[in-house]
Amino acid sequence: MTLIDLANPTRFLALSARLLPWLAAATVILLAIGLYQSAYAPDDYQQGATVKIMFIHVPNAWLSMFVWGVMSMASLGTLVWRHPLADVAAKAAAPIGAAFTFLALLTGSLWGRPMWGTYWEWDARLTSVLILFLMYLGLMALWRAVEDPSRAARAAAVLTLVGAINLPIIKFSVDWWNTLHQPASVMRMGGSALDKSFLIPLLVMAVAFTLLFVTLHLAAMRNEILRRRVRSLQMMQASRVAFSSDVGSRQDGASKEVGAA
Amino acid sequence: MSLGPYASFIVTSYAAAAVVVAILIGWVVLDYRNQTARLRELDRSGVTRRSGRSAMDRP
Repeated sequence: MTLIDLANPTRFLALSARLLPWLAAATVILLAIGLYQSAYAPDDYQQGATVKIMFIHVPNAWLSMFVWGVMSMASLGTLVWRHPLADVAAKAAAPIGAAFTFLALLTGSLWGRPMWGTYWEWDARLTSVLILFLMYLGLMALWRAVEDPSRAARAAAVLTLVGAINLPIIKFSVDWWNTLHQPASVMRMGGSALDKSFLIPLLVMAVAFTLLFVTLHLAAMRNEILRRRVRSLQMMQASRVAFSSDVGSRQDGASKEVGAA
Repeated sequence: MSLGPYASFIVTSYAAAAVVVAILIGWVVLDYRNQTARLRELDRSGVTRRSGRSAMDRP
């Protein structure tokens, strides 16, 4: 099956209906394993038990950027290939990405207070992630502000692609500027700096949260397709009512004219 | 399992994640129910899709 086959919303609904229970089950199982491993991970020699916040914070931080990446690919699909489901995918992903970014900021702040002595610092990494969060909110507002989904899709796609410039800024902010935030310790040249006892639960939680995103995204895309179906049916219903009242008023007018003659 | 002197920060982080994930799941489920209810209503009022299928026709 190719992306073109999925261009048919009815076919997409059929496929996603079959996939969703399996994805949801895999997400629950992996989250349970990840949470168990996180709970029993050893304390860090410097951070103590607060290292457990990493197992929530890092997957959400990764996903905050990954979701914008998915939306950027979907935006290319909207602008270049005009794939019928591309803007559905982008619109459905935005609230989920915003939620992950909010969690990354909140848990980062809760981790920062005991480790750095402050909840917030206007440094490059924290500020660029806050900008990402505000861009998610702006994009959601844009989708709501424009009533016609196809017009909103093009504007949102351009904004998403422009916003993608922020992704490398977030990633490399810790290398380019002096920040409180630590540099990359998992995905870096020379391998991970984390001990296996932390790395394995972290990777399990990262996969679990990614599966959670895929599950929620597919479900939200299905809802968006149904919403558009409702909208087009309501428009058909409204035009039918307008047509019948127009015909009715013309017939009334004609009968009055006949009566007057 | 001891969470040490910063237990409140750790517990709040996990609780916040649980709440946000629950809100996301609730949003998706309620939105699905809302859309299918509206489609059912349109179906009852006799509005059909251009393909001639019922509004509620789902695979």
